[in-house]
Amino acid sequence: MSRDAILHSIRRGLKRGPLPADQRAMLDGRLATHPRHLIPARSRVPRPEQVALFIHNVEKEFGSVDRVADAAEIPGAVADYLAAQNLAPRFVMAPNPELRALPWADKPLLEFEARRAEASDAVSVQHGYAAIAETGTLMLPSDPARPTTLNILAETEIVVLRTSRIHGAYEEAWDTLRRERTDPVSGGFMPRNVMLVTGPSRSADIEQTLELGAHGPRRLHIILLDDDPAAMPAA
Amino acid sequence: MVQVTSPAFKQNAARALADAGLQKALGKAKGAFLQRRAEAVGRLPEFEALRDIGRDIKNHTLANLDFYLETYAANVERAGGTVHWCSTADEARAAVLEICRKAGAKTVTKGKSMISEEIAVNDHLEKHGITPVETDLGEYIIQLRHEHPSHIIAPAFHLNREDWEADFRRMHTDLDPNRVFNERRDILAEARTKLRSRFLAADVGITGANFLIAETGSSVIVTNEGNGDLTQTLPRVHIALASIEKVVPTLEDATSLLRLLARSATGQDFSVYTTFSTGARRPGDLDGPEEYHVVLIDNGRSNMIGSEFQEMLRCIRCAACMNHCPVYGATGGHAYGWVYPGPMGSVLTPSLVGIDKAAHLPNASTFCGKCESVCPVKIPLPKLMRHWREREFERHLTPTGMRRGLGLWAWFARRPGMYRLATRMGVGALSLLARGKGAFRSMPLAGGWTKGRDLPAPEPGGTFMARYTKMQRAGTVR
Repeated sequence: MSRDAILHSIRRGLKRGPLPADQRAMLDGRLATHPRHLIPARSRVPRPEQVALFIHNVEKEFGSVDRVADAAEIPGAVADYLAAQNLAPRFVMAPNPELRALPWADKPLLEFEARRAEASDAVSVQHGYAAIAETGTLMLPSDPARPTTLNILAETEIVVLRTSRIHGAYEEAWDTLRRERTDPVSGGFMPRNVMLVTGPSRSADIEQTLELGAHGPRRLHIILLDDDPAAMPAA
Repeated sequence: MVQVTSPAFKQNAARALADAGLQKALGKAKGAFLQRRAEAVGRLPEFEALRDIGRDIKNHTLANLDFYLETYAANVERAGGTVHWCSTADEARAAVLEICRKAGAKTVTKGKSMISEEIAVNDHLEKHGITPVETDLGEYIIQLRHEHPSHIIAPAFHLNREDWEADFRRMHTDLDPNRVFNERRDILAEARTKLRSRFLAADVGITGANFLIAETGSSVIVTNEGNGDLTQTLPRVHIALASIEKVVPTLEDATSLLRLLARSATGQDFSVYTTFSTGARRPGDLDGPEEYHVVLIDNGRSNMIGSEFQEMLRCIRCAACMNHCPVYGATGGHAYGWVYPGPMGSVLTPSLVGIDKAAHLPNASTFCGKCESVCPVKIPLPKLMRHWREREFERHLTPTGMRRGLGLWAWFARRPGMYRLATRMGVGALSLLARGKGAFRSMPLAGGWTKGRDLPAPEPGGTFMARYTKMQRAGTVR
């Protein structure tokens, strides 16, 4: 069998047989404790600066951010953004309880359906699970209330994110996922899909010159809900 | 496997140097990656320390590769996926075809994958009536042109904008032939429209993998366009192709390497989409593939373990080495004659296809050392190329003229007195011939050198040793 042939060939190169039990135990220990390596200093700053770093990096990567103080303002923020971009007030929304609970009735002109995205959807509104200030990156794990298609099919993606979910480094966001999620199939924590998204889609394949608007969204807009008193900018 | 034209490297290179279109494309593209990488590295003071960490993570994994592959495979299966272990390209092609047949596939979309080039899976699928569609913008035009990628992260590195426009007009015959491409983004928009229906119609999606994670059984792809995510999300079946050295132990290990990858490759702090796939659609999920397969490919790599070329298996395919290589910059990627060009290709190709076919490649280097100095996992590429040159010499693959020349040089090098005498005579003769001019435009027996550049004449004052001795006597050096 090829599996045995490959493993045998590797062990022959390493000049040993299968690892002895004590060494396996050591490596199992490394997997279980998954030690962190060096984390760049740039994200190790007080909370308000972390949020500012996140916003700075999203904008550097051609995304946009709108900050709201109250969840009740989110439907209005969505309506205003779509109007400003000259887009029809229609979108597909993640069937997420937090998003469903927003006062959408306040903006009766907004039409939406809560489901996965289809190719005909021009705008999606996604639920932001977490974010990473280090590079202005969103963490979007798949689950029944956060379909992956919302991240890739629409031309415009709007992500609703709480400031309390902004982490400094990737490692901190991974630990949040480890802590909060249990997978129904593997028993581990990884869902089928985790997308780390940094800005709207782009390509540099034509003469190594960056152009926005490849196969994924052309616009990435983040509505940031200020729910973390520690992260508020100094008055 | 893809046909190997590496034995014809010299002819390939001569053709490349005379190709005006290629030289124009290389001239334009060269600076872009270099400058962006330098800027990205400049923004991260910890970059050098991260290179050491990246090297150590890969070394640790390779020293325990059997353990991590077994752990990885067990975790893929725990998450509902299937691992197909394949020793050879033939086995890998057969595994992919089998999965596609079982899925009743007519068309297959593909994300960018160099291992898929290595095993030539497109030809195999086509031969069996299944249509592969490349969806990465660069790979898409390469497929339209029936070419191979000339760069591992920018497949269409050798093309100019005019080539794109001409090929799109030639192939997209259903569109208005008089349409105007004002901007590069018009070309991009046309590709987006054209490929949309392909994404939706595909039965199977094939991607590569930048990393495999043992801890979670995940495969990771890194893209900017989003084509990889459409490829692996929309069809009913997802196949990830990965070679065995892609595995790393944990998410933390992958994260440290990801901090190096985009900065070294395109000079971005992070790529737009970094996606971790673990198994198939979960109960209640509204999208995602119903089957998840990993085709895990050796194809000669396990033989590199324990050899002097093991360090090459640290490579994370960022392309920094070729971006900074003066030889790649002059000839482009196709001249190298197989899948992997540039310095990393000059080490990897002989390992995978044999030094007898690829002997020119480790010689296609000025040994300037730039590749090693930018490598994010510190692979000593010049040293590994030198090992190949030694093997080539041992196996008598080096041409007779060169062997004799090296033998002559070695005779003198072992006799310092004779060496100094010979160089003193050589310098004297050259100075006499130069008659005060600074350089020679031509020189008998040195046509290979003077055809492309002048040969500098010796500086006044004699050989290095003569001047050194004089300065020692004068007390200006000790």
